[in-house]
Amino acid sequence: MIDARIDDITEADLDSGTSVPLEIRSPLAEFWRRLLRQRVALVAGLLILVVIVAAVAAPWIAPFDPAEPDYENVLAGPSALHWAGTDAYGRDIFSRIIWGARISISVGFLSVALGGVLGVTLGLVSGYFGGWVDNLVMRLCDVMLAFPGILLAIAVVALLGPGVANVIYAVAVFSIPIYARVVRGSTLAVKQTLYVQAARSIGVKGLKLVLRHILPGTLPGIIVTTSLRMGTAILVAAGLSFLGLGAQPPSPEWGAMLADGRSYLGVADHLTFFPGLAIFLIVLAFNLLGDGLRDALDQKLRP
Amino acid sequence: MSLSSAANPTLLRISGLTVRFGDFTAVESLDLAVAPGETVALVGESGSGKSVTSLAVTRLLDHAGGRIVSGQITFQDREGRQRELTTEAPEAMRRLRGPEIAMIFQEPMTSLNPVLKVGEQITEAIRLHQGMDGAAALAEARRLLEKVRIPEAARQLERYPFQMSGGMRQRVMIAMALSCRPRLLIADEPTTALDVTVQAQVLRLIRSLQQETGLGMIFITHDMGVVAEIADRVVVMRRGRKVEEGEVNRIFAAPQHPYTKRLLAAVPVLGSLADQPLPVPFPMPDAPPPQPLDTVRPEAEPVLELRGLTTRFDVRRGWLGRVVGRIHAAEQVSFSIRPGETLAVVGESGCGKSTTGRSIIRLEQPQSGEIRFAGEDVTVLDRQKEARLRRGVQFIFQDPFASLDPRLTVGFSVAEPILTHNLLQGRAVQDRVAQLLTQVGLGPEHARRYPHELSGGQRQRVCIARALASEPRLIIADEAVAALDVSIRAQVVNLMMRLQQEMGLAYLFISHDMAVVERISHRVAVMYLGQVVEIGPRQAVMNDPQHPYTKRLLAAVPVPDPARRGHDRGLDDSEVPSPLRRPDDMPEVAPLVPVGPDHYVARHRIGGLY
Repeated sequence: MIDARIDDITEADLDSGTSVPLEIRSPLAEFWRRLLRQRVALVAGLLILVVIVAAVAAPWIAPFDPAEPDYENVLAGPSALHWAGTDAYGRDIFSRIIWGARISISVGFLSVALGGVLGVTLGLVSGYFGGWVDNLVMRLCDVMLAFPGILLAIAVVALLGPGVANVIYAVAVFSIPIYARVVRGSTLAVKQTLYVQAARSIGVKGLKLVLRHILPGTLPGIIVTTSLRMGTAILVAAGLSFLGLGAQPPSPEWGAMLADGRSYLGVADHLTFFPGLAIFLIVLAFNLLGDGLRDALDQKLRP
Repeated sequence: MSLSSAANPTLLRISGLTVRFGDFTAVESLDLAVAPGETVALVGESGSGKSVTSLAVTRLLDHAGGRIVSGQITFQDREGRQRELTTEAPEAMRRLRGPEIAMIFQEPMTSLNPVLKVGEQITEAIRLHQGMDGAAALAEARRLLEKVRIPEAARQLERYPFQMSGGMRQRVMIAMALSCRPRLLIADEPTTALDVTVQAQVLRLIRSLQQETGLGMIFITHDMGVVAEIADRVVVMRRGRKVEEGEVNRIFAAPQHPYTKRLLAAVPVLGSLADQPLPVPFPMPDAPPPQPLDTVRPEAEPVLELRGLTTRFDVRRGWLGRVVGRIHAAEQVSFSIRPGETLAVVGESGCGKSTTGRSIIRLEQPQSGEIRFAGEDVTVLDRQKEARLRRGVQFIFQDPFASLDPRLTVGFSVAEPILTHNLLQGRAVQDRVAQLLTQVGLGPEHARRYPHELSGGQRQRVCIARALASEPRLIIADEAVAALDVSIRAQVVNLMMRLQQEMGLAYLFISHDMAVVERISHRVAVMYLGQVVEIGPRQAVMNDPQHPYTKRLLAAVPVPDPARRGHDRGLDDSEVPSPLRRPDDMPEVAPLVPVGPDHYVARHRIGGLY
């Protein structure tokens, strides 16, 4: 009855304990494997990458100077020379969109970074301390979330005055409660994990406990939120500029370009179509990437 | 068995079965047969392919991503037809599962639908497979619950799964499995998640039901004690292959394969140290028999003293968070531990043993009582006291994977206590980590690995190294070996005992496993409903238990010796009451009275008298 191979029981393999049937991957490898399955998100990510590269390399790749008027050639439609046509001053719209990407991407990035840092801090404090601190922070977040984001941003710009820098602050402000909520939730969950209890039991506490053990556990939520907020931030920043509260003409900001082109709707639709398309695509891409990241990072959706 | 298999044709025959998950071969050319009325135990450690075999038989494998590469599974159905299960259509398989082949699983909570009443779930199965209508199905459901000895069956039908205890839920699962009068029952670790006394009840129930109905059974388990209780024939599996098969008495009396020998050697047998007052490590094959370890220094001042430790959890409900009840997790717990001593705290889930351990290191906040560590009152912690307590007392959790931060290397986790308490700096930290890892039987190279790159046993060794890092005087081990496979469990217990001898550590060893407790402990405290009901030297408590609950607990431990099966060891079917009480209903704490040297038993008041 005995298997022919009275085999191979070495001290080492008995020591190895369990031979795990399905290879346990590292969390990072598992994340990559799952992200690579999110085709749509990968395409979105690629588009974002292209836009970022274009924004950085704008001086070298933009075919025309974005501010150089050409009165011979105003309101010209798309052509081989001017891919997206020219505006009322004869400026090349395609070049202006490339330059505009610099503004949109940096406004999005800076405002989300600012809002993220503040929101994550508030979320960690709220979740870690709990009690009245938690109540206070969360009720403040409720108040901020009660206003639509764009209204809040308009209010901030109204206080600080128009301009790109103030748009960054304005957009950052309404990202704060979103981050705070997301991070508070995962902080509460991570706080309950055995490894945080184990760290507490050996005497790790305070800032060390939060930065070393709790914050890394909340990163998945932060990453997803960041991608989704980037889309929203760019949209709102463009909206503020459209309303004349953000970047001022002749700056090639996408929202400002929309506002400029508005007078020529029906006459020269490409003035609004191409900046609108740029806004639409980049916002969509950030949202799709965010969705893909969420699916790849979410333990509960494991296939 | 040879008689019955001659009289009855084989119910299930597996031949040359090979199952793959992707490139991984989970089961390789397995042969297995089950006759009606026979119980075949499939034994092996995690990853041996025993559960995969059961998935192949039921073809639930199709849903689990596995693939039958070769082999036959022949099943004889009710009409006497031979069915080839590897090629049966999914729809035909669905009709076989339930009426012909039924299953019970390890975790009854996840196998039951949480939003349906127990009665609805059983009657659904009956209606589907037996075609009975409402009233008749309900009556049948009640009959089944009575058959699995659920008290007040009619009332239980109206309850939801979460309102029942684990043992009751497993009984409901058994009732559902039997509702279609299957001919083959596959039980996959059905008692692993249950407490010993409940496990004994469920095993006895399964055995008697099998005798009544004559069904064939595949019983999957890793516990040789359970095997001895229930099996007729044993198939030992390792890494997807059958290494040995035989009749149960033969396997236990004369195992042939070295792996079976190892498996049996690692099984702790309760009562093997009845004549030995001191702890003795597990014997290891190819090693000289272990010597008793005398590590206690009786003259020394206790490392830890608890006096009247009480921890309660408020249960709040409603808008205003009114306290509607209290869980009395630990009530008036008092004991002390001396240097080099192991005090085992035993009891079943919910008895307060973990809460007691967690209260000592303030993972829970005790309501009252006094905690003294190394002679110092640490009930109220200030900065210095907290630092001394957190350095001097270390905690090892049951789940080593969950208790290590997955994003940090093993080396950092081990170094964390050293850095936190500022014991060493710079290069010396790394040297110390390497030394600690070597001390627990790992290598310095493990420091760069992540927890997910290690096996369960290695992870628990890491946790032990981490616990040793701050040079503690007391280690609280909360079910520290419960999640490990038997052979690994013995190694880790031996390691802990060796470290105790080398460093004079004291252990508070929290466990439900009486056989391991017998090996490691000097003294034993038995907890029941948050109170210590018996405490004394291990030999006295185990050989001569005085409290009825201690007796019951010891009687329920499965004996890994099939020859000692069957003689009724006086089990009762009662349930442990809940430690949840109304806020104004204080439990009575029974005083401990001496019954022998250092041996105390709670004396309960009966009719106004002690």
